[in-house]
Amino acid sequence: MHDHSALLRVKDLELGIAGKPDSQIVRNASFEIRPGEIVGLVGESGSGKTMLGRSIIGLQPGAIVRQSGAVYFRGQELSEMTGKELRKLRGADIGMVFQEPMTSLNPSMTIGRQLAEPLRVHTKLSVSERRTKIIDIMNRVGIPSPEARLNDYPHEFSGGMRQRIMLAAAMLLKPALLIADEPTTALDALVQREVLELMVELTRDNGTAMILISHDLPMVARYCERVMVMRQGEIVETGPTDRILANPMHEYTRNLLAAMPERGPVRSFADESKPVVEVRDLKVDYVSRAGLFARAAHKQALSGVNLSVRRGEVVAVVGASGSGKTTLGRAIAQLIPSSGGEIRFRDMPVEKGAENWMDYRLNCQMIFQDPFGSLDPRFTIRRILSEALYHERDLSDDAREERVRRAVREVGLEDAHLDRLPHEMSGGQRQRVAIARAIISEPDFVIADEAVSALDVTVRAQVLRLLADLQHRHGFSCLFISHDLGVVEQLADRVVVMRDGMIVEQGLRDRVFDAPQSDYTRALLSAIPTLERTETGVELSWRFDAQEAGTHGVMQ
Amino acid sequence: MSLGKTNKYLGGFLIAFFLTAAFLGWVWTPFDPLAVDLRSKLQAPGAVHPLGTDEYGRDVLSRLLAAARTSVTISILTVSFAVFFGIILGSVSGYARGWVDRVVMLFTDTLLAFPSILLALALLSILGANMYGVVLALGFAYMPTVTRVVRGAVMSLREQEFIEASRLMGHPVLYTLRCHIVPNCLAPVIVIATSMFGSVLLTESALSFLGLGVPPPAPTWGNMLASARPYMGQAAWLGIFPGLCISMTLLGINLLGDYIRDRFDPRMRGL
Repeated sequence: MHDHSALLRVKDLELGIAGKPDSQIVRNASFEIRPGEIVGLVGESGSGKTMLGRSIIGLQPGAIVRQSGAVYFRGQELSEMTGKELRKLRGADIGMVFQEPMTSLNPSMTIGRQLAEPLRVHTKLSVSERRTKIIDIMNRVGIPSPEARLNDYPHEFSGGMRQRIMLAAAMLLKPALLIADEPTTALDALVQREVLELMVELTRDNGTAMILISHDLPMVARYCERVMVMRQGEIVETGPTDRILANPMHEYTRNLLAAMPERGPVRSFADESKPVVEVRDLKVDYVSRAGLFARAAHKQALSGVNLSVRRGEVVAVVGASGSGKTTLGRAIAQLIPSSGGEIRFRDMPVEKGAENWMDYRLNCQMIFQDPFGSLDPRFTIRRILSEALYHERDLSDDAREERVRRAVREVGLEDAHLDRLPHEMSGGQRQRVAIARAIISEPDFVIADEAVSALDVTVRAQVLRLLADLQHRHGFSCLFISHDLGVVEQLADRVVVMRDGMIVEQGLRDRVFDAPQSDYTRALLSAIPTLERTETGVELSWRFDAQEAGTHGVMQ
Repeated sequence: MSLGKTNKYLGGFLIAFFLTAAFLGWVWTPFDPLAVDLRSKLQAPGAVHPLGTDEYGRDVLSRLLAAARTSVTISILTVSFAVFFGIILGSVSGYARGWVDRVVMLFTDTLLAFPSILLALALLSILGANMYGVVLALGFAYMPTVTRVVRGAVMSLREQEFIEASRLMGHPVLYTLRCHIVPNCLAPVIVIATSMFGSVLLTESALSFLGLGVPPPAPTWGNMLASARPYMGQAAWLGIFPGLCISMTLLGINLLGDYIRDRFDPRMRGL
């Protein structure tokens, strides 16, 4: 069991909170990384994967300490190294890429200076040698005309570009090991694939080993030869990617795989059934305040959207961030004023002060993304739910309580939860409460704005199943806004694809997913790896090849 | 953490002490605080008069107790006035925004531009020097601070999704304000209100010292201190005891205020 060829060897590592010997954040972690190998570390939030990754180079937060175990890099125990030796190791031999490209670059330093820093610290190159090296690597990570951009500041780059710069900084010194902590989670799906592919290519060319930390199993499986699955501070399963996909040993891994969304059944709707909500030529402008030297600027967030949702139908709105899908949801719910167009409810125009305004308000409910922000922190669950029945004045206290209890049971919670406060519940439970609140008044139309995006994979699958279930039972129409195509494929009857405040494509789900008509839709679909169930297990595939789909063309 | 505990206990003890004194001053004093007895004027602290007598022979202890009651009443009324109207103005202007906000803020900023004691002086010269005049003048002077803080809190709260959810459920604006917005911005208000007690007490004393507070012969710590000035040489206790009362109460309020601020600081939560 003594493998000298291992680049990194972690043995029985235990991490805990300083001063609390029985608190354990990581338990018994042992693994090896061989030179040039790409290994995925998968786990849900709170599983300790980030702490494990950071503790390898001693970058964990101060409150977290190593309780026992050893970390050997090239056979040398890291905890025996002095601060100076460790600093030499970081950057030169072990690089790190973080999740948030906005905050991991110094906003007040030019890109050129930030990239020069590791070279200045770790090498004895001259100024001009450094410059050529920097321009080389910037070319390599695909930043157009690097000479001209050396003096630009981080905010002048997009999120994807910033992550490329982070990658360039980490790879400048050709480290032997790169630790990438959720490197593409903050990026749009389209950009995500490009950055990841670049990362894999660069590390492969330089013979760099990589630990890819992520919550996204298909994404990790796509690029890694080996996967480690982590749960509650423990590595529950390690093995070659193929084996783990085809034949997961641990129950948790099986749950993770089972939680992957799959296409839902096709439901048919009579063509003549009247739309519950119809949107005609809807426009929303954002006006920035006129400054001392600036005139008021108009930015069109929605430019003429036409959409209809029929009774009992689930219509999904997809698009990259900034495509206006959230604005659309809010404008339809009339949380933000529209600047043009019309919203019709049961064939009547909706307008503030109009006769059907209150009727529409009560019949159009919303489920928000953030289960922490959408519930009043001072209200008990009972109060949150009974408040949603505010307008049913003639309800007796008993009947109200009965409705509340029914709603709570319907979303899979228990009566005992009624007296809890939101912060005493988990994210998934809170989202269940938010769903219960939206449906307790039996509305005709529910807008779900990224309703499952903030949840962990397994919880997401449960909440999604619940949502589909409730939709079947109550038959409300639903506008399901999401950037996650997998989720959309499972739930939607019809799909609307948005870009820059306009609808680029809409149609039945199977048609849009199987034969997308616009390049943009194809690019969106191509960016996401899918797991498909076969007789032998699960197989990983891309829907469309990136080149064929013309991702690059769309991106520019 | 041990410093926090000292704050809590010492501050709590001082405040409890003076609150008891105020209550005692309300129900019983050893002598009539207003009874003039020229034969026993300027007596040093002794057996009959534990804290001595003043230039008219009135018992200093009795006057201090009566003054405590006046000071506490004025502070509570003033702070309640400032907090109540500050919350109303602040939440309306923060929630409505637009021109309502601009008008309220114009008014608030104008008030804020004056030092509070100057504003109180101006208002008192209009309202006349009596206890309710003092309450009203100081209340107005301290209201803008509360308004500002509440407005800021409301502005960030109104963007929260649970407020939007409340709108979606068709709740009237007043209901949303009363049930969701105001309770959630009370934490910073409680913190300022605590420290406001201290400054109101001090300003009230200063006003009395300047002769614009509660009119004599009713005692307040401030006017007792003021009338003690000519006798500092021969009867130092006349100035020392009211001065001690003012400074110890302030110390207590500040210590307790620090503790409350720490309790409500979001970074301290959950520890």
